[in-house]
Amino acid sequence: MDDVLEINELDALQARALQELEAVNDEAALQAWRVAHLGRNAPLMQIFSRLGQLPKEVRPQVGQRANQVKQALEAALEERAAALRAAALRRALESERLDVTLPGRRPELGRLHPTTRTLRRIVHIFAEMGFQVYRSREVESDAYNFELLNMPAHHPARDLWDTFYTTTSGVLLRTHTSPGQIHVMRERAPQPIRVILPGMCYRYEQISARSEIQFNQVEVLAVGRNITFSDLKGTLNTFARRLFGEQARTRLRPSYFPFTEPSAEMDVECFVCGGKGCTVCKGSGWLEILGCGMVHPTVLQNGGYDPEEFGGFAAGMGVERITMLLHRIEDIRYFWANDVRFLSQF
Amino acid sequence: MKVPLSWLKEFVEIDLSLPELAYRLTMAGLEVEEIRLVGLPMPAEAHEFKIEGLSWDPDKIVVAQIEEVMPHPNADRLVLCRLYDGRETLTVLTGAPNLFPYKGQGPLPKPLKVAYAREGARLYDGHQPGFVLTTLKRTKIRGVESFSMVCSEKELGISEEHEGIIILDDDAPVGMPLVDYMGDAVLEIAILPNMIRAASILGVARELAALTGKPLRQPPLPPFERGASIEGRAAIQITDPDLNPRFVLGLIEGVTPRPSPYWVQRRLRLAGMRPINSVVDATNYVMLMLGEPLHAFDYDVLLTRAGGKPPTIITRPAREGERLTTLDGVERTLEPYMILVTDTAGPLSLAGIMGGLESEVTEATRNVLLEGATWNPINVRRAASALRLSSEAAYRFARGVHPALAPEAVRVCLAYMAAWSGGRVAEGLVDAYPKPPVDPEVHLSEAEVRRWLGVSLRGEEVADLLRRLEFACQVQGETVIARVPPHRLDIGEGVIGKADLIEEIARLYGYDRLPETLPADPLPQQRNQPLLQAEEALRDVLVGLGLQEVVTYRLTSPEREARWLAPAEGDYTPPDYVRLANPIAPERSVMRRSLLAAVLEVAERNARLSERLAFFEIGPVFLPLPGQDLPEEPLRLALVLSGVRHLPAWDRAEPPLADFFDLKGILEEMAEALHVPHWRIEPASYPSLHPGKSAVLYSGERELGYLGEVHPLVKARYDFGPAPVLVAELDATALLSLVPERFEVQGVPVYPPVIEDIAVVVDESVPAAQVESIIRQAGGKMLTRVHLFDVFRGEQIGAGKKSLAYNLTYQAPDHTLTDAEAAQIRQKIIRRLEQTLGARLRS
Ligand SMILES: [Zn+2]
Repeated sequence: MDDVLEINELDALQARALQELEAVNDEAALQAWRVAHLGRNAPLMQIFSRLGQLPKEVRPQVGQRANQVKQALEAALEERAAALRAAALRRALESERLDVTLPGRRPELGRLHPTTRTLRRIVHIFAEMGFQVYRSREVESDAYNFELLNMPAHHPARDLWDTFYTTTSGVLLRTHTSPGQIHVMRERAPQPIRVILPGMCYRYEQISARSEIQFNQVEVLAVGRNITFSDLKGTLNTFARRLFGEQARTRLRPSYFPFTEPSAEMDVECFVCGGKGCTVCKGSGWLEILGCGMVHPTVLQNGGYDPEEFGGFAAGMGVERITMLLHRIEDIRYFWANDVRFLSQF
Repeated sequence: MKVPLSWLKEFVEIDLSLPELAYRLTMAGLEVEEIRLVGLPMPAEAHEFKIEGLSWDPDKIVVAQIEEVMPHPNADRLVLCRLYDGRETLTVLTGAPNLFPYKGQGPLPKPLKVAYAREGARLYDGHQPGFVLTTLKRTKIRGVESFSMVCSEKELGISEEHEGIIILDDDAPVGMPLVDYMGDAVLEIAILPNMIRAASILGVARELAALTGKPLRQPPLPPFERGASIEGRAAIQITDPDLNPRFVLGLIEGVTPRPSPYWVQRRLRLAGMRPINSVVDATNYVMLMLGEPLHAFDYDVLLTRAGGKPPTIITRPAREGERLTTLDGVERTLEPYMILVTDTAGPLSLAGIMGGLESEVTEATRNVLLEGATWNPINVRRAASALRLSSEAAYRFARGVHPALAPEAVRVCLAYMAAWSGGRVAEGLVDAYPKPPVDPEVHLSEAEVRRWLGVSLRGEEVADLLRRLEFACQVQGETVIARVPPHRLDIGEGVIGKADLIEEIARLYGYDRLPETLPADPLPQQRNQPLLQAEEALRDVLVGLGLQEVVTYRLTSPEREARWLAPAEGDYTPPDYVRLANPIAPERSVMRRSLLAAVLEVAERNARLSERLAFFEIGPVFLPLPGQDLPEEPLRLALVLSGVRHLPAWDRAEPPLADFFDLKGILEEMAEALHVPHWRIEPASYPSLHPGKSAVLYSGERELGYLGEVHPLVKARYDFGPAPVLVAELDATALLSLVPERFEVQGVPVYPPVIEDIAVVVDESVPAAQVESIIRQAGGKMLTRVHLFDVFRGEQIGAGKKSLAYNLTYQAPDHTLTDAEAAQIRQKIIRRLEQTLGARLRS
């Protein structure tokens, strides 16, 4: 009956401990429970220490049972501890909840001027076709701005440009980036040329929503022994598709510039209305984006290339105009007004 | 150029719709900017042209005749018309003053043909300014019911004229829809500077014929009466054939200037000219039709001036200070580059620009001497621009009119004059043609066409295209020899002529049909462009540091720049500027010398819009060079920083204000990020900056520019708030040239460092940079990092002293540093500080 007595005690011990564990709700109580039921002085431990005094025959049976109870209590302790940790974590997470709709703390980041953004896109597209940037001065001589570009004094085409002159005779603010054509040709003749010429140009105009006294232009110039009008078409269409989208339709219309012949204007189908006609394209469905043509023989000659041997194409576009089209900006004066409410949108 | 469609159709058959016609012309370089309907219906098809104007309802607007004009029972300023519209006779009310002469005369022996609008017709309101559409409704005016009207030109959209109603020509068929009788459309065509040959109905028709393959035709001349020969009645003397290559005179006698037929007046108005009288109208009509400006003299005035003898017309340059009163009544003082038409008594007219008042045609003129001449375009252009005189004649002559046009234009004009004004046209012309031009002959090979256009065309194909434009072409092997037709001056010789022909070929062939290729020509050698790359890198760095890029006007005024450039105290003499001869406004009269002055203006304008101002610009300034025409254009970088250090947020309401060290930090980070070699910032002074808060950025011994806080007296010139304004202006060209194309980095250390803090007390006057430099020297290679983390002043360390606390990192590349080694370095540093600066270690 002795053996039965010990076993019964173990059974009761286990039942009581597990029952008490159910009431344990925090870490401190858990520790107390562990001391009470698995500590050195716990009744279970005393049974272990009394094992030696038990008769040999019952010793294995009681020992086995005592071990079972110990494992059961330890497992229950671990389970309870895990449950308490999980509950504590849940409470902590709940208490740390933020109103994530409050505004974020933004680092101060500046923005590029819209003109710089468009210029970079244009430069990048042409760079991939082998056109490199060439810059030249903004205060120019009449010779480079007009005469060498096939516009001698009193040429009627000079009327196309309203010019700012300086008080030094023969010195003016360049009306286009075309003087750079002569500079780069004279520097590189008779090597082939593929450059783009970005920069500020000036026109004598009243400032209004549509016209400014200074504006950025990008000019494109290719010179070589075998440069054709078809090359001009292909290059500019590639450019237009990359700037305005793969589906952009373009057309070339004959036009006149004194420094190119044949000359053309390039229109791109209005991407605002898809060609149906809107206020942006003034109902025409087309947006005029650049002027272009084959470099005039006189200009080639003035640049140091024999026009019987060499040909070239050139194109020029207004950077602000293109920026206005891309972003539907309705007033060109925004560009140099530098109002943060405008600039911060780019 | 305004081209009435009906007129164009007299010269070439057109079976295209209006939008098709506009498209063909536009794609051939005759850009149709606008189409104005003057009666014709709106095209139903989709199109991409601006089409405006009025379409006349064929049922509601018809030709009618007024058979009697009767007084209104209750109103003196109105009349009642008995009118027959082809269906019925009715009474119509009108206030048209040009009917008053017929009032109360009983049934008219010759009824008046008019444009009649029935109830419900859509018309322009004749009484409102501008063109406002209205629908004709039944009303009662002064007790008389009115439901229809007789129309003025304005009501039909022909012109602004609304004083009187239109009286049509007698042959107008009563009852015919008005649109069928005279419905029209006007094409507004932009004429390119090299296509002045198309500034006429004939010119546009010729291009259209070439495009469509329809033949060009000349409308028949009206019948007229011939008189005696012109021989001996007038003579011509040209003093300089370069100025006046050709001068033709014709004579008509016995004319009576009167209003031109209505269809002539309408055409002139549609083409943008004002009808005057039948003699003057004929000259304008023929100029618009053929492109040759003509001038009519009162022959009797010339006879009188010549003392009764036949006049001699002399063309010559004006004499300095010579005077002429032009027919606009203004007395002009002339210059030697202006060309005059004179007679033996003196100046008659300003050649190619405007006639003189004395010899002009008036209502009293009976005999007319008609001039058709050609003038040097440059002289006409200069004279017209100097005298600010623009005329249809000057517009054409300044761009070049072929001398071959003159005799034909004179003949045609005399015929119309006789038809519209009566009189007899004298047989023959007086024609002085001392300098006939040689129309160039251009050789163009198939290979050249291919080289320019990238398309292979056979010689015959090229010749066919050119023949459509009336070039006389011969094909020899693979070469086309093309003779320029005698109505255009825009085709040159040699290689320029080839380019001119290429353009004509491309235009007629169609730009849209040309292939699309990428250049097969070898790509030129690609160059490294470190300066441009560094410039874009600089922009990215500054944007990343929280600065907004701006681009400002390069045009400014010395006064605007003086706000920044004038020193805080003392005298200021503005520097030398690139000055504009024709500024649009005084505040944009010179090219800027200071980029910072411009960026400061931007900051000032934005001061009320943002609590944080942080701007930069990279751009040129313009510095005149002594003894040289063209200025230097160095690139500058300007920065302005003011206001809060960062924008307030919901949990940081009052951020601190940016000060000198925020700006300095930006420049330090910029110099580091761009790997500017051996950069340092040292105290310096600059006249517009706070004397104690200004410095200079160096790379080695090279000064790159200044930075600092704006001097309070300078800041007071601006409309800024209380926050300090920090600025910097650097020589960007120099800065970018220092950015290395490659740089080296250190390996990541393998052995652990020893890190410790020391605080040293020094005199207030000792610069922190000096302390750090001594620490670094003494620390040697093992001292890998020196970080100042605190500056402290207080009683504990004594007056006139400051404590600088550093966090030092010692590290060896090849072993773990021992405490003894670290202590040795520390001792060396402390000793050196004590010896050099009298510093003491603060425990
Ligand atoms: Zn559109």
